[in-house]
Amino acid sequence: MNRSSRQAFASTPVGIVVIIAAALVLLALISQVPMVGRILPYAIAYTIPLLVTALGGLYSERSGVTNLGLEGLMVVGYFASALTIRFAEQSLQAMALPIGLLVGVLAGALFSMLHAFASINLKADQVISGTAINMLASAITVYLARTITGSGNVRIMLGIIRRNIPGLSQIPGIGTLFFTQSYWSTWVALAVWGASWFLLYKTSFGLRLRACGEHPHAVASAGVNVYRMRYFGVGMSGALAGLGGSIILVTYSGEFNGTVAGLGFLSIAALIFGQWKPLGILGATFFFGTATTIANVSQVIPQLGVIPPVLFKVFPYVVTLLALVAFSKRSAAPKAIGEPF
Amino acid sequence: MKIKSNAFLIAISAVILGIIAGGLLMLAIGSNPFEGFYYLFRGSLMNMERIGNTLATAITLMLVGLSVAFAFKTGLFNIGASGQMLIGGLCATLVAHHVFIPRPLYLVVLIGAAFLGGALWGVVPGLLKAKFNVHEVVATIMMNWIAYWSIYYFVPAYLKGPSLETESKSIALEQTLRSPWLTELFGRGYMNLGIFIAIIAVLAIKFILDKTTLGFELKAVGSNRFCAEYAGIKVNRNVVISMMIAGGLAGLAGVTYYAGYSRNMQIGVLPQMGFDGIAVALLGASNPVGVFFSGLFFGMLQSGKGFMNAMTEVPPEIADTIIATIIYFTATSVLFSRFWDKVGRNRRDRADRRNETASQAEEVHHEQK
Repeated sequence: MNRSSRQAFASTPVGIVVIIAAALVLLALISQVPMVGRILPYAIAYTIPLLVTALGGLYSERSGVTNLGLEGLMVVGYFASALTIRFAEQSLQAMALPIGLLVGVLAGALFSMLHAFASINLKADQVISGTAINMLASAITVYLARTITGSGNVRIMLGIIRRNIPGLSQIPGIGTLFFTQSYWSTWVALAVWGASWFLLYKTSFGLRLRACGEHPHAVASAGVNVYRMRYFGVGMSGALAGLGGSIILVTYSGEFNGTVAGLGFLSIAALIFGQWKPLGILGATFFFGTATTIANVSQVIPQLGVIPPVLFKVFPYVVTLLALVAFSKRSAAPKAIGEPF
Repeated sequence: MKIKSNAFLIAISAVILGIIAGGLLMLAIGSNPFEGFYYLFRGSLMNMERIGNTLATAITLMLVGLSVAFAFKTGLFNIGASGQMLIGGLCATLVAHHVFIPRPLYLVVLIGAAFLGGALWGVVPGLLKAKFNVHEVVATIMMNWIAYWSIYYFVPAYLKGPSLETESKSIALEQTLRSPWLTELFGRGYMNLGIFIAIIAVLAIKFILDKTTLGFELKAVGSNRFCAEYAGIKVNRNVVISMMIAGGLAGLAGVTYYAGYSRNMQIGVLPQMGFDGIAVALLGASNPVGVFFSGLFFGMLQSGKGFMNAMTEVPPEIADTIIATIIYFTATSVLFSRFWDKVGRNRRDRADRRNETASQAEEVHHEQK
């Protein structure tokens, strides 16, 4: 089967059903391996912040603005949600968590406007502006945290409690893999992923946004306001990176400590490795999340101890470099990326 | 006086705005900004020991700044100075623990190893750019994290200190860049022989850029790579050389930091200086001499912050905030160049109008005669 007919098959309803069914059978088989059941919940927990942040990067880069500031925007969301939850958790109890996530999203979006203003209105070098965002975010959040709490850390008492999804968790195989002990934020993130795919690929708005990253002048001549589209793209990247940072807080961290330890850059790697496509990003982030998890748990699981953990940790970055080499002839990167309009 | 935007005016404007932003942040938490800045600069310059520490901080910043600036000249953005510093520092640390030879020769080996380590980390993105057109920004970021995780596992495995898992064992004092007479002169601070590395590097880079064919070719590639290619310059070769030297300079920064200022390597830290170096290069307008002075300035900010924090309520992160603000405003320099050009134009316009009215008056005067 050649490439085009393969693609045609994959996009018919029958094809989609076949692919999904095959994936489910595969997963049900995999779930029987005992190690997978132990690793997967952690792998998903690590994947989700990467996924939403990389999705944010997708909006920005597809609209034509490079965003190296994702790391900093995550830190901003991380900090804002930590602060909100810390002050609200006494009075609002569990309601403080969604409010905290929302504030994280808003703070990320607001902070990203610095990058948008520099790269859209002032035609600044987007790489330098993004670097400045990273440095500014980590400096200013710790500065404020020290002033407010005395130390550079903001600890919260609450966190999202893992729950079994009623009904679905009873399904053998995938039920135990995906629907037991899951965070509700995971489902929010996947919903955002689905909505983003729909918005970017199934609406005329999405087509225009993507066109701004390919041929902004052509879009402009069709009457679209390129500036506004790019502001939307960068704003979404800030909002989603802020969400990513907030999710780290309420799931596995429980404390703001001034850094997301390179997860923002890992998201950029996932964006590239996923070739700037939603499905690619989903796959890449899951791949990277799993690699990180294996590296972290390899000391306690003897079967994995034979492989040095450093290999799992550098793996995402090495495969991203290899992907860049492999796709160098026909890169899927937006053509007008990084170019001021 | 004719006012037109130039690199110097833009740099100064960015610094002033950065300082204002810092002042506003101090005000925001209820501190007195004048007091804050007074203690910041007093902390970096109050006595010989503190001056020595400021210089020791500035050395590393200058070398990283030089690395970034050198790549800029060839139109490349070396955002991977942190990783190159780490690998340079690791090579130097290995030499310091294992090579015992007469000091002059030892220093050459130590510094050479750091340069080579950094150059290795820089040449990979250079080759990827030259052979496969992989963007050097992405490649250097990936290299940063590869270095970060390699150190994270290498140091505890092979260089573990006696007490802590998270740092390498300390290098013996006589195996570092510290030197008794410098330590004595600067009141037992962190001052070390790195200052000579920095000065020599500044002069050497200036010489390469201004006086050699290599420098001419590198700059030609930087200003227009297609034009350079048309003129018969081997663009790809120059890209590789530029990244290699830039990496080597960052590696030198690594030896001055990990075997000079400090005496061990900590894991789980991507050195912030690698990014501060971008500010140093931008503020110094990518000119080696400019980099020297902007390195001194940022060295003062970084080394005075501890004292300021001890004397006032202002957290030390104010220095990093100021540096980040300066980078942001340098990136948006078009704002300033528009502003200064407008100031210049208004002055010229006013001058023109004055001249016009003067000549009209003269004409009227003539006719009346």
